[in-house]
Amino acid sequence: MILVVAEYAGGKLGKSTLEMMTAARECGREGPITLLVLGQDVAAVATEAAAVADQVLVGDLPALAQYNPEVWAAAVTQIAKEGEASTVLIGGSRSGREYAPRVAVKLDAPYLEDAIKLTASGDALQAQRYTYLARVTETVEASGPVIVATVKPGSFAPAAPAAAAGEQFDIELELPASRTEITGKSVEKTSRVALSEAEVIVTGGRGVGSPENFAQFVEGLADNIGAGVGATRAVVDAGWRPYAEQVGQTGKTVQPKAYIALGVSGAVQHLSGMGKSKNIIAINKDAEAPIFKVADYGIVGDVNQIVPALIAASKK
Amino acid sequence: MKILTLVRQVPDAEARVKVSGDRVDLDGTTLVIDGMDEYGVEEALRLREGDTGVEEIVALAVGPKKVEDALRTALAMGVDRAIHVETDERFDAVALSKIVAQVAGSEGSDLILLGGQEADWDSQALGAASAERLGWPQLTWTNELKVEGETLTGRHDVDDGNEGFKVNLPAVITAQQGLNEPRYPTLPNIMKAKKKELRKDDLGSFVVQPGVKYLGAEIQTRARLNKMIDGKDPQAAAEQLLDLLRNEAKVLA
Ligand SMILES: Cc1cc2nc3c(=O)[nH]c(=O)nc-3n(C[C@H](O)[C@H](O)[C@H](O)COP(=O)(O)OP(=O)(O)OC[C@H]3O[C@@H](n4cnc5c(N)ncnc54)[C@H](O)[C@@H]3O)c2cc1C
Ligand SMILES: Nc1ncnc2c1ncn2[C@@H]1O[C@H](COP(=O)(O)O)[C@@H](O)[C@H]1O
Repeated sequence: MILVVAEYAGGKLGKSTLEMMTAARECGREGPITLLVLGQDVAAVATEAAAVADQVLVGDLPALAQYNPEVWAAAVTQIAKEGEASTVLIGGSRSGREYAPRVAVKLDAPYLEDAIKLTASGDALQAQRYTYLARVTETVEASGPVIVATVKPGSFAPAAPAAAAGEQFDIELELPASRTEITGKSVEKTSRVALSEAEVIVTGGRGVGSPENFAQFVEGLADNIGAGVGATRAVVDAGWRPYAEQVGQTGKTVQPKAYIALGVSGAVQHLSGMGKSKNIIAINKDAEAPIFKVADYGIVGDVNQIVPALIAASKK
Repeated sequence: MKILTLVRQVPDAEARVKVSGDRVDLDGTTLVIDGMDEYGVEEALRLREGDTGVEEIVALAVGPKKVEDALRTALAMGVDRAIHVETDERFDAVALSKIVAQVAGSEGSDLILLGGQEADWDSQALGAASAERLGWPQLTWTNELKVEGETLTGRHDVDDGNEGFKVNLPAVITAQQGLNEPRYPTLPNIMKAKKKELRKDDLGSFVVQPGVKYLGAEIQTRARLNKMIDGKDPQAAAEQLLDLLRNEAKVLA
């Protein structure tokens, strides 16, 4: 079987799960596709999951109320062994990429990390992935009775529902106790669309000038066109914006239909987080700024003048 | 407490990455210690300076001969001694973790500090894989860390925000931006580092084989339109851009 570990948030199946389902259907590995849902009070998620998978295994337990890498790794490993999985697909989220290596070690399986493409060839599985701050695309291959892979969000089209809903089964799990105590959590709150889901993102860099300008121009434009808001590390380090908005190597990786960079120079670490966007739009007063090399549309000009005009013109 | 810090050598961020044939070609590229690892090394030094009972800080690197330079940088920052497992072979994180776990065992390490993501293979796996082999807990993307006796407390980033944590040693911590500002090695410390121990451990003493075969590399640049609009007349520029985004790129309603 191909075991896919469901990702969900706010009681809803995540887009990344549907993307993994496409990866599972198209990769050419043998066996029924099984979605594993882990958590507490996940009945609604499991029902959504059943619409896309051949079968759904549901671990709905108090011990799974809170994500923990060791607990998740133990659960996934147990199910992979019991179901004799040939392939285990895990989301390329922060949490997915922190427990997947544990699963690989437990299963003594090779690990293909952050795959953007997966293709079976014989009993081997080939993956493509980005390396060198997303400047290089590499092809790697693993073989063996079971292979663990994480799937980079945004790399596969979300799967459509299957012809018939899959059957759901409750599972029993033997879980270790978590050794990490969580002493407080702060959840990123944004009234706007999340960066990972946004089709359009407006990002401000140091060139925006000040936190006040950021609110007026970057947020102003984003709200006018229904976009998410991003920031460069320079802006985050300066304390203008929260880290949650940072795009780049040490921030979020995004791939929207349109990425609008305002006063952003385009350093490699920033490009590594947004360089795969379908359209890149840049406004910068320096015609030589590296961001223009990757831009589809660029305006050489002062954000203080261009953006107010854009905001006015985009108001309908 | 004994700390093991992991060090990787990567191209300088400003360096142009090129591919020759099906390989990334690093000939003539400036190589530096991975910026993410510097956070780990720096944190080890700060823990010691904070008087938390750090007995020794050892840096470990696996890689070709020239990786010595990155280890020398760590030594110049203040690490006590270094271990180099020299190999030209490319090991994936799950394979590498065997070496890390074995060294941590023989060194009697209680804490492993490493970067959260590599700047060359863009991997985040080594910390978790090593922790699993050792049977230790792990905290990734840590941006705040305190040690009191056997207890680590701090904050780290998770999928939808960040959380405070408390965990007992031994543990693996992966470091990231915000944890600290890594120091620059001073000239006297660079000189001193030349005399510090840089031990060579034979790859043959580890039972390890790559689990992932590397087939090729390509630089796939997306062709960009590079349509430039003159911003001298902001009004006209804004209208022209909106028109292109609506009617040509079709990304705005
Ligand atoms: C290990 C490591 C990890 C990193 N990770 C990240 C990351 O995740 N994300 C990230 O963003 N960076 C990251 N960086 C930092 C990165 O190298 C750059 O320093 C940063 O991206 C620069 O941000 P910026 O473009 O806002 O600022 P700057 O580079 O200062 O650019 C500002 C731009 O604004 C333009 N400008 C100024 N005034 C105006 C105006 N009035 N109108 C129009 N344009 C104007 C300027 O011409 C310039 O191009 C990382 C660095 C390291 C070492
Ligand atoms: N060959 C290596 N030698 C020593 N440390 C390494 C090596 N490879 C990776 N690391 C460490 O692991 C971190 C993350 O690696 P990984 O988990 O493999 O992505 C790096 O930033 C380094 O700290």
